[in-house]
Amino acid sequence: MAWLLAILETLLFIATAPLLAGWIKLVKCRLQNRKAPSVLQPYRDLRKLYVKQPIIPHSASWIFRYAPYIVFSATVLAAAFVPLVAVNLPTSRIADVIVLVGFFALARTFLVLAGMDIGTAFGGMGSSREMTISSLAEPAMLMAVFTLAMSAHTTDLSQAINYVLNTGLVLRPSFVFALGGLMLVTVAETGRIPVDNPATHLELTMIHEAMILEYSGRWLALIEWASQIKLMLYGVLIANIFFPWGIAQELSLSALGLGVAMIALKLAVLGVILVLSEVLFAKMRIFRVQDYLSFAYLLSVLGMLSHIILEAARVHH
Amino acid sequence: MSITDLNLYQQAILLLAGLIALTSFMMLSQSRLDRLVRVFALQGCLLAAATAIAAGVLDYSHLYISAALTLLLKGIVIPLLLHRMIHKLGLHRVMDTIDHPARVMMGGAALVVFSYYVSLPVVAHSQLVTLNAIAVSLAVVLLGMLLMITRRQAVAHVVGFMSIENGLFFAAVVSTYGMPMVVELGIAFDVLVAAVVFGVFFFQISASIDTLNVDQMSKLNEVEK
Repeated sequence: MAWLLAILETLLFIATAPLLAGWIKLVKCRLQNRKAPSVLQPYRDLRKLYVKQPIIPHSASWIFRYAPYIVFSATVLAAAFVPLVAVNLPTSRIADVIVLVGFFALARTFLVLAGMDIGTAFGGMGSSREMTISSLAEPAMLMAVFTLAMSAHTTDLSQAINYVLNTGLVLRPSFVFALGGLMLVTVAETGRIPVDNPATHLELTMIHEAMILEYSGRWLALIEWASQIKLMLYGVLIANIFFPWGIAQELSLSALGLGVAMIALKLAVLGVILVLSEVLFAKMRIFRVQDYLSFAYLLSVLGMLSHIILEAARVHH
Repeated sequence: MSITDLNLYQQAILLLAGLIALTSFMMLSQSRLDRLVRVFALQGCLLAAATAIAAGVLDYSHLYISAALTLLLKGIVIPLLLHRMIHKLGLHRVMDTIDHPARVMMGGAALVVFSYYVSLPVVAHSQLVTLNAIAVSLAVVLLGMLLMITRRQAVAHVVGFMSIENGLFFAAVVSTYGMPMVVELGIAFDVLVAAVVFGVFFFQISASIDTLNVDQMSKLNEVEK
């Protein structure tokens, strides 16, 4: 029963990821006074790409052909053990949050290899930029995660969420800093403005698009889908770790229903926040990204320090 | 005693302590003097909020007066004075860049660890709930000094000096719940007078040697000529 629910939850995760992307696009268009496409447009795009014939460049090796499948399956596995609607599901016990970061790294490695595999200038440029950014973003993310782990005494996401739920509302300085750090990392890792612009193919600025420029057909569909799932993964992480209220702690129908409604609401709000930051800030120069990410790292380090200094139990001599 | 045993107001004081430390770091990384002053004003406001909450928790009415004074002087009057000074001296477009921002930041984080280590014995001997924040206030003092060391513009030095004073004031609030009223009033007016004197001084310096960059103040004008 629990396993069935876990698989259903993962399928729900994968199926609704394009919906979140569509929602973000809709809100962004509205804020920019443009006519918005339907929320279901990402599904139509994916279907369109799926029925098209993929074209393989002459210089491509097996890495180019297998990379989309590896990227997609690594992302889906990551989605399987992040609690979406309910905690205490058996899948979340398989792996903890450090493995999650590892899966992100695996997917990214193959995407980068595929970008370099075909030997075009754009692919190599995009790959090198992606690696630069992720090498700075990953420590910041890990620090934020460790801050959480130190408060909850576990790196297991389900147990950490349970801990936050059971202690109730506590104003933790460390969580505020970790939340800030994780939000900055999210923007960098999912390639949104101000770090990367997902909507453009302007050669001087693109990062993610430069790597996947040679992909077409169903392979492109898989990569696009994987990046939508990744965006949703970060959103769910932020929503469920820092604002876990509403997530189902037991597996009854009403609790699960409430869980679905609450996560939908939280993701919708997070999407609006993401869009607001995209509309308000201009894309920054690529050489400014390191300042941005070192600020994210600083926030995470301050989170950990403030956990030790301000929150930890005091020893009396 | 960990944070889960405290009530929401005491948690809020600790949260504000964390945010005050963050504003100190933001000041370190700000290269525009205009924004530096704005972050300084933000720090003053956070400090006033922390003081007001401490006054509410302890029911010490005189802390409300210090909170109001802090908000008025450090949140509004002094930042406005500095802001006007920057615009009158034409410094609002000057970039006071640091050479190695990431290194300075990590140095700042090391200072926070150091002040935690130094304040451990102090914290161990007291039952005051907010005393954990004393390490943060010490860190704010040290970060203010770091700000003064890393900058070249004299205005940034003044902001660093004022934020050192912020750190001392915060230490007084969290460790002894404020100094006697007379002392606090005295310090408040001292700081205000200092800001005014610095202002006059800056106009004199920039009128006589045409710059506020302290690197160029170590040379003798007559020798160059």
